[in-house]
Amino acid sequence: MIHQYQNNGYRIVLDVNSGCVHVVDELCYDVIAILRGQNEEQTAESLKSEAVWGLIKETLGEKYPEEELKEALEDITELTEAGQLFVPDTYEPYIGEVIKRKTVVKALCLHIAHDCNLACKYCFAEEGEYHGRRALMSYEVGKKALDFLIANSGTRRNLEVDFFGGEPLMNWQVVKDLVAYGREQEKLHDKHFRFTVTTNGVLLNDEIQDFINQEMDNVVISLDGRKEVNDNMRPFRNGKGSYDLIVPKFQKLADSRNQERYYIRGTFTRNNLDFSEDVKHFADLGFKQMSIEPVVGDETDPYAIRESDLPQIFEEYDKLAQYIIEKENKGEGFNFFHFMIDLEGGPCLSKRLSGCGSGTEYLAVTPWGDFYPCHQFVGDEDFLMGNVEQGITRPEIADEFRCCNVYTKEKCKNCFARFYCSGGCMANAYKYAGGLQDAYDIGCEMERKRVECAIMIKAALAEERK
Amino acid sequence: MKHIKTLNTQTLNNTIKKGGCGECQTSCQSACKTSCTVGNQTCEQSK
Repeated sequence: MIHQYQNNGYRIVLDVNSGCVHVVDELCYDVIAILRGQNEEQTAESLKSEAVWGLIKETLGEKYPEEELKEALEDITELTEAGQLFVPDTYEPYIGEVIKRKTVVKALCLHIAHDCNLACKYCFAEEGEYHGRRALMSYEVGKKALDFLIANSGTRRNLEVDFFGGEPLMNWQVVKDLVAYGREQEKLHDKHFRFTVTTNGVLLNDEIQDFINQEMDNVVISLDGRKEVNDNMRPFRNGKGSYDLIVPKFQKLADSRNQERYYIRGTFTRNNLDFSEDVKHFADLGFKQMSIEPVVGDETDPYAIRESDLPQIFEEYDKLAQYIIEKENKGEGFNFFHFMIDLEGGPCLSKRLSGCGSGTEYLAVTPWGDFYPCHQFVGDEDFLMGNVEQGITRPEIADEFRCCNVYTKEKCKNCFARFYCSGGCMANAYKYAGGLQDAYDIGCEMERKRVECAIMIKAALAEERK
Repeated sequence: MKHIKTLNTQTLNNTIKKGGCGECQTSCQSACKTSCTVGNQTCEQSK
């Protein structure tokens, strides 16, 4: 399967099954389009046939010199022989292995506080309460969660624990105590905990910052961008905006981590479809690791992204990609999470076929110790999988998640981005599409656009470095 | 090649051989929490 597209003056040919990216000239782009029109599953043999050469001459002979067409066809044939173009999809048989393998739990999202000191309008946790009551996780429950993780992680050494909420800083002493417990246990069991925390920054102070820097592999700090954008969606419960209080703290935190191992993360909504301005604002504030993600919400939510918003969103991603190239070339580059793509050292096929891991390798734990497939399912009793006392009591839920992949999802089968999103977010599919085996179309459209932009940026930067 | 510049030579099918250790980061633990971003994770073995 081949996906070809033009962006920012580059003609890009992505060979989906090998992951190879080719930047081609106009002539070659046209030749590949003709070849695909004739047969999407060309082989080195078929490309050498008289019929193919005849077709190329007939369709493009008036536009381009014959000699040039011949050269291009030879190049295409050479890449096909090398397994870098027209590569067939031979991965489906591996799905059986991926589904059958015994998965271990390697990551927990600990809902350390179902309470929040902000009242963000789009919060899927309903201002921290997740359709339930306000609650803080006790040290005892957290300890049992870490014990469960160690006991169920098999030979996996690196274990991930994200302190999430609500707002985890509202239960900070328990966070500190659990980190201490984890450090003690990791020595005993030959494990390594990678702790992370996601915070709105309201309670951030020097002491907390020092602890984060000492113990946390990554910290996600939440801000939506420009002051008016942030304060509209992320107010305190009294309606006052949060920007002025948190921005200086976030700048200090990012600098104290040498601008590494953190993400400043925002959400864009229908109210700021010009979100490239918010990314620029992050850059202007000096941040180097950033993410701005589309809100997910019900169509009836006034801030939710609608299909009719997509053209403008695509334009914004294009603008942003060009801005990133410009900044990179000036030596002022930064990472935009959704455009990060590692063409040489990205995830292996096994990872790409197994998806996000929710419900199998990754579980969310509520303040009272219940397990859910991920943070976005918390509060939906249909997905309650067990608890820290009894372990997994409904393994059939894990099985259902394990069996969702890009070959079982009808919408993924012919999508060029399937090995980049790995089937997409299960929670989005369940909540906003037809179920776990479906896909959230608006999210897919945006993901495809982001993959195209990410690859184009690689092409542009490769050219600059020449 | 005159008409084509290939950006990467590491192919997906080559990763079958080394893949599957599972030590890499879970995608939602990195930054997203609301989307799925497997493709932009890094292989633990290539670090």
